[in-house]
Amino acid sequence: MNLQEYFSLVFSDYTLRTITLGTAILGAVTGMLGSFAVLRKQSLLGDAISHAALPGIALAFLITGAKDSNTLLIGALVSGLLGTFWIRGIISKTHLKSDTALGLILSLFFGFGMLLLTFIQKQPNANQAGLDKYLFGQAATLVESDVWLMAIITGICVVVMFLFWKEFKLLLFDADYTKTLGFNTKIIDILITTFIVLAIVLGLQTVGVVLMSAMLLAPAAAARQWTNSLSTMVLLAAIFGAFSGVFGTAISASQDNLSTGPVIVLVASVFVIFSFVFSPSRGLLFRQIRFISNRRDLEFQKTLSFMYHIAETHDDISHPHTIKILNNFQGFTRKTLQKLVDKNYVTIDGTMWSLTEEGFKTAANLYNQNIKTHE
Amino acid sequence: MKQMDTIKNAHSKDEAPVSTGVLAVKVDDLTVAYNYKPVLWDIDLEIPEGVLMAIVGPNGAGKSTLIKAILGILKPIAGSVSIYGKPYHKQRSLVAYVPQKGSVDWDFPTTALDVVMMGTYGKLGWIKRPGVKEKKASLEALEKVGMLAFQSRQISQLSGGQQQRIFLARALVQDASIYFMDEPFQGVDATTEIAIINILKELRKAGKTVIVVHHDLQTVPEYFDWVTFLNVKKIATGPVMDIFNDDNLTKTYGINYKVSVQK
Repeated sequence: MNLQEYFSLVFSDYTLRTITLGTAILGAVTGMLGSFAVLRKQSLLGDAISHAALPGIALAFLITGAKDSNTLLIGALVSGLLGTFWIRGIISKTHLKSDTALGLILSLFFGFGMLLLTFIQKQPNANQAGLDKYLFGQAATLVESDVWLMAIITGICVVVMFLFWKEFKLLLFDADYTKTLGFNTKIIDILITTFIVLAIVLGLQTVGVVLMSAMLLAPAAAARQWTNSLSTMVLLAAIFGAFSGVFGTAISASQDNLSTGPVIVLVASVFVIFSFVFSPSRGLLFRQIRFISNRRDLEFQKTLSFMYHIAETHDDISHPHTIKILNNFQGFTRKTLQKLVDKNYVTIDGTMWSLTEEGFKTAANLYNQNIKTHE
Repeated sequence: MKQMDTIKNAHSKDEAPVSTGVLAVKVDDLTVAYNYKPVLWDIDLEIPEGVLMAIVGPNGAGKSTLIKAILGILKPIAGSVSIYGKPYHKQRSLVAYVPQKGSVDWDFPTTALDVVMMGTYGKLGWIKRPGVKEKKASLEALEKVGMLAFQSRQISQLSGGQQQRIFLARALVQDASIYFMDEPFQGVDATTEIAIINILKELRKAGKTVIVVHHDLQTVPEYFDWVTFLNVKKIATGPVMDIFNDDNLTKTYGINYKVSVQK
């Protein structure tokens, strides 16, 4: 199947439609919530939560013996929340920094989860196969009920975000100030964190424990490059996330043996790279272009004012001089000279240059302006 | 030289404390500790209504901590705070706060006006969104600090002094009775400093109480009418004219200070 076939089948084929919808919704909700995580400088939180969810999945299986996704996801939710509150506890009760707390919980829970997974795999229970799909995710296992669950949770998340928008923004920008205004910052914090945990748990089946944090961070990091408004950033992150989901699914469905989760993450990373390079205000490309054009302007002005100083000493301002005296130290390049000729500030005759009337006037103005700004 | 003159002119000696005899803030036995090490030790403090007060002391004296503990940002291990005779948590709407400029990430995606609007959130309470009235008040506050033209500017594109003015405007829009400010003059140029002190003096004229963590001892007699010396313990508090002297400065800073105070 190629990409074209995929897009013609996506509306009619049940499986494709389910998976595409699922990854799109997942991308949107993680993108939205990821904006909050990125702005709180808790980028690693997503990684810690997703890894902390693994032992929950294994324990849920060991206790119930069931393998349906909802049971396992409840286990993931419980252990994800537990990990999150431990992280908060470590940060507030000890003097460890948050990155240390995140790292500790991440490796502790993940290690325990892996231990349980290997234990389960040694069991003589035929039912045990396939639990390891939660490590890297398997979008193909998504069924309609999973997508409904994602849609409902995303819906609730959007409503809550809309209601508490003002409180979220306030807490993200200035938590201490939020307290002095009389808001209970713990409630706002728990609301945001709970939704981040929910979104991550929802994505485990599709993208998996290891790559889940990229879904949270990549769309948000890309969105930040394009806007200076929080609402636009959240909206853009949702759109980038959803597109990553759809394109990732399309690419993986149109090739054999490309698992969906990693492809979605790679597509999201393309958004990031593109945004880092091409964003008009914050992108590397335009910054470099601005830098080069500023330098050119400066060289142009330097050369012109150097010529002015030489011309000043002669009665005839258009007295010809040799190009050789315009050495590199004066910012002279062939291009600058050509630009001066194009602007009709300078005429060139063989190896000699001479300032025109117009060029002399412009240079004089430039010179006076410089003196004024230095006063 | 020109700038020095303007600073002097900003100060006029005829402004005596307009204390009304009512206590705006009363702090009892306040003790704060980090890691078992006391940062503030048994602070008793009475701040009369209508004063413009500086809190001075060396680095690590607990000046910011005092403000944060009064405002409930930090949890004290002992002590209580009352605002106009009632517990602080019942009187929050009477109190506005200007944090240190460096305490937030100025690259946050928002505009100057948006930050000032945050000052209205407390009175709005949960869920309710700011409307026309709040926007109007915020624009007025921006005008007061001379930042109206920058209202839609992204906050990272403002200079340090402009950011400080935005924080001040955010507190002004709270329309409080008591203003706590954590080093509002830190890293601002002379023009901004004069603009800020003029606003603080206007606030006092309107009967508000203003409490400022301050570093520049030279300007204390010019700017303030009330002062608290702090170094973990409270050294002294009272009218600048009476207690801003070498004796208290030496007690607070531990070295022999000579600051000539013109009375």
